[in-house]
Amino acid sequence: MNAILQFLHPLIDPASIPFLLWTTLAKSIGLLCIVLVMVSYTVYAERRVSSLIQDRLGPNRTGFPLSLFGNLFGIKWRDWSPILGGLGQPIADAVKLLLKEEFTPAFVKKFYFWIAPGLGIGAAIVSLAVIPFGSKIWGVDMVIANIDIGPLFVFAISSLGVYGIVLAGWSSNSKYPFLGAVRSTSQLISYELSLGLSVVPLFMIVGKLNLVDLVSYQVQNGWMILPGITAAKPHLPGTLGSYLIIVPILISFIVFTIAMFAETNRLPFDLPEGETELVGGYHTEYSSLKFALFFLGEYTAMITGSSFIVTLFLGAWHFPGIPEGGAPSLAGLLLGFVNIGVFFVKVIAFLLFFIAIRWTLPRFRYDQLMKLGWIYFFEIALVNIFLTALILAFVP
Amino acid sequence: MAYKVSRPNLTFAEKIYLPSVLAGLRITLGHLWRMLRGKTHVVMQYPEEKWDSHLPEYYRGAPTLVRDEHGRTRCVSCQLCEFICPPRAIRIKPGEIPAGDKFGKVEKYPAEFDIDMLRCIYCGLCQEVCPEQAIFLQKQYALTGTARTQLMHNKEKLLEMGGIKTGLVNKWNEKK
Amino acid sequence: MSNEAPQNLVNVQIDGVWHQFPKGTRVIEACSQAGKYVPRYCYHPRLSAPGNCRMCMVQLGMPKMGPDRKPELGPDGKPVHNWIPRTNISCAQDVSEGLAVRTDSDIVKETREGILEFLLINHPLDCPICDQAGECRLQEFSFDYGQAKSRFIEQKVKKPKRVEIGPRVTLDAERCILCTRCIRFMREVAKDDVIGIVNRGSYNEIAVYPDRKLDSNYSLNTVDLCPVGALTSSDFRFKMRTWFLKETKSICTSCATGCNTIIGARENVVYRQTPRENNDVNQSWMCDHGRLDFHYLQSADRLLEPVVKGAPEADWKAALASAARALKALKPEEIALIASGRLTNEELFLAARLLKKLGNPIHDIISHTGKADDLLVAADRNPNTAGAKLLGLSATEPGSALPVIASGIRGGRIKALIVLGEDATDAGLIEADLNKLQTLIVTSLLPNRTTGFASHILPAAGFTEKRGSMINKTGRLQRLNRAVAAPGIARDDWEILVGLIEALTESVSGFTTIEEVFKAMSAEVPALAGLSLSKIGDLGVQLSL
Ligand code: SF4
Ligand code: SF4
Ligand code: SF4
Ligand code: SF4
Ligand code: FES
Repeated sequence: MNAILQFLHPLIDPASIPFLLWTTLAKSIGLLCIVLVMVSYTVYAERRVSSLIQDRLGPNRTGFPLSLFGNLFGIKWRDWSPILGGLGQPIADAVKLLLKEEFTPAFVKKFYFWIAPGLGIGAAIVSLAVIPFGSKIWGVDMVIANIDIGPLFVFAISSLGVYGIVLAGWSSNSKYPFLGAVRSTSQLISYELSLGLSVVPLFMIVGKLNLVDLVSYQVQNGWMILPGITAAKPHLPGTLGSYLIIVPILISFIVFTIAMFAETNRLPFDLPEGETELVGGYHTEYSSLKFALFFLGEYTAMITGSSFIVTLFLGAWHFPGIPEGGAPSLAGLLLGFVNIGVFFVKVIAFLLFFIAIRWTLPRFRYDQLMKLGWIYFFEIALVNIFLTALILAFVP
Repeated sequence: MAYKVSRPNLTFAEKIYLPSVLAGLRITLGHLWRMLRGKTHVVMQYPEEKWDSHLPEYYRGAPTLVRDEHGRTRCVSCQLCEFICPPRAIRIKPGEIPAGDKFGKVEKYPAEFDIDMLRCIYCGLCQEVCPEQAIFLQKQYALTGTARTQLMHNKEKLLEMGGIKTGLVNKWNEKK
Repeated sequence: MSNEAPQNLVNVQIDGVWHQFPKGTRVIEACSQAGKYVPRYCYHPRLSAPGNCRMCMVQLGMPKMGPDRKPELGPDGKPVHNWIPRTNISCAQDVSEGLAVRTDSDIVKETREGILEFLLINHPLDCPICDQAGECRLQEFSFDYGQAKSRFIEQKVKKPKRVEIGPRVTLDAERCILCTRCIRFMREVAKDDVIGIVNRGSYNEIAVYPDRKLDSNYSLNTVDLCPVGALTSSDFRFKMRTWFLKETKSICTSCATGCNTIIGARENVVYRQTPRENNDVNQSWMCDHGRLDFHYLQSADRLLEPVVKGAPEADWKAALASAARALKALKPEEIALIASGRLTNEELFLAARLLKKLGNPIHDIISHTGKADDLLVAADRNPNTAGAKLLGLSATEPGSALPVIASGIRGGRIKALIVLGEDATDAGLIEADLNKLQTLIVTSLLPNRTTGFASHILPAAGFTEKRGSMINKTGRLQRLNRAVAAPGIARDDWEILVGLIEALTESVSGFTTIEEVFKAMSAEVPALAGLSLSKIGDLGVQLSL
């Protein structure tokens, strides 16, 4: 321990280590709780929104105290059930998945078969660590690890997620999972390129690779895609360059969003799972809790992705008119929480967009997917970097 | 031999997909919005709303055994339904009515009559084939049980569900 | 004439096609042979033909004679016919040269429809409770010629129903169509003239003579003969509908005649046995005793698993190994084997092998005899005495070695006895003798006095549960077939014997199917040379013994 502290000495003041430790722990636990609840309700939202889009009602039965209260207060619960009934569904789903028979086929490669589901969800959760999900509370930054290579870290970790899929497909020792895994690998690798390249312009503008700095920049100068909205008051940037720069940012935004869809295996890019061709894709042989982990991993990846987009382009926790919290006072404390709330409201809005897209678009053909990734997005993202550089260099 | 599939020629707008994505979103979100305003007519909410009163006469619910107005189990265990039943849900053990009995003329009755409602597919063939008008698919449709055995309807259960049916052919009448 | 028939054959035209039949063939048979089945009720090839049901109507045509008293020939060189403008019965008419028959002209159909309507006017609506349904001629021909609606509005004639006219036969007079097949069978075949028709007109009904019962040992053949459900078997009554029965061709094992049978079973339960036609064995009949002699196989007492005395539980392997150990410890003089004339050839062959492996100890079969009758029942009640003799399991005179075995046991010289499918107390042994034995290995279906003393009980399969062959009293090799599975983990006797031999020799015998056993047997036994189980066929083959 001492050796480690010795080593860390130049970086961290030893006196602050206990404080650092417990705040980090608290933040991690808090964030994990929020995210896991969000995951289960994203699943619920997925089912509910899809049914509403398809003129159905969706899961509206599973009792939840909320809907029972309605009954108590003399409101017939049926009036509420279309809205509140079914809020217990995620709990029921979880219990069901937990109680299902834990089945491991005899022909699989046991070790890899077992670790694969964990890898997927693990990667998605860990990459949340660098996302600034709030301003400050009592002077503590609302980001678990404020590191200088934020986006790189996110890309590095979240691409580990593909190992989960590849291992699952390979260790299942069965053709459909294997095909799913192969598809998934090539898809993820292809789109990671455009994903990475598309955010470069942002950091060229900000000049740093730190996500917290990126957020402060947005607070100062307006959201990336809506530069007019700043902390102070709405004001229009005066220079031509600041107008022109919106173009590459918009391109970045579109490319990034679409690549994010592909990275999270969401429709229209859900080829690794493609039930119609691949039975279930890489998780065909999985059941019960292990399947649940894959399932939740996917939704966690969705949340991670949305958080990332919100952080990069939509001003993170900032909302015009709501000042930054963090001052060691009651108001500051409250504001800090409000900031966190704003962040998650934005994330949720983006999740809903994810869901709406899923129930709108059909799946791409595999060749279309590849063509899109390699011929269009990759090139566009690349050119976009030069465009940004040109604007930054030559237009004041 | 490789086939050359001719792909449609897309316009630029179609090629970049985005307009169609927006058009699609307009449709789906339109539905969502209509639904949220309660403008969409949704299906019946089952346990609260039932269509029992609208069940047509010919509705095919669970098969049941009926008695006639004299209280005789109409079935004579001819086992034709057992034979016709596609999923083999019916099992009958015939028995003999003693000669001195009130219904002695009928000679034969089902000593055991089981329908496995987990197998029954409600096809109604048993009713159609029955030469004695003894088995009817009536209007019971909500059959649930917490154990498989509860859905093995035995003779008593079937007769209880079936009740008495009048106005049928009475061929075992003494005069016939 | 160019198309003159060979000697004893006549040319007959049936529905426009010319055929040749031996003289004396009945028209109804000729039509059947030509593939034109003529419906019939009263006609039966083995009974006299009274021609009283009128169902077999056909239209006949006689060759037209020219002025020269020679048949006029048509453009095809065949005789031209004068068609009789009404129908005739075909069951009482022999074919003649140049005869022409129409089995499906309009007039024939109309007549049949009319006759059927008459037969049905007083017929009750009993099909749902009638055991004949499914194999009822009345149903079948009604399907072809009947009407969907009855035009009969008068009261139907009421007749007695559910009458026990014999210990094994139930009569429903309402269903009777008065074809008199039953009467003729009892008179002509069973030679016990107990049934007749009483009353007049539509009150005609079948009855037994006063103070008589239809109690012949062949009474159930009337049930088979009855084309409708008037006579039904009291044993089979309301047990199972005929259409559920899976039919297995087999033979009866109740006496040395070996009547050919059909076993009707559903879902591992045998419901009835009926005779199967075989001109060389039982014609179309079988006796009541043999027919009903299968219920014991469904007894609740059946032995289900091997038992070794003193061992808490025994599986087959352990039981056979233990039996083999006990036998190995003994000298051949100390062992005796009682086989059975009820075993199949395959089993006897394996028993002979077993004997050889044991050093040829003394052996015999138990003979079972009874009174023979003139029709089918043989005095020898063992179905396969001939096989036992052929395969060397029986002493020259079956049962003659039994006293030697008995005295050997009594004197303590014989210490082990193997009993295959018999009760040793039938061999002159008393219970004290059995008690003396060190080892008593018994294969059996049911517990009996011998199994009570057995050191090893090996449960075997009954005749409906196994395959194999037997040789009847005339030397005819016939086949048993499996209709149902043996209960519990009971095994076919041949498998038990193979297991015992393998346990004794501690080697593999190479017998995994009964076909292989038969093959080995036919290679060793000259009388069976060149045969196989499938070559025996359904009707058996006559051996020259
Ligand atoms: S309704 Fe059909 S499936 Fe059900 S018992 Fe009757 S015949 Fe069988
Ligand atoms: S068909 Fe009718 S009479 Fe026959 S067994 Fe079935 S219910 Fe009974
Ligand atoms: S004899 Fe034939 S037609 Fe008559 S009731 Fe029996 S099955 Fe029906
Ligand atoms: S009882 Fe049967 S066999 Fe005898 S006359 Fe009547 S129908 Fe014919
Ligand atoms: S069969 Fe010819 S009259 Fe009966």
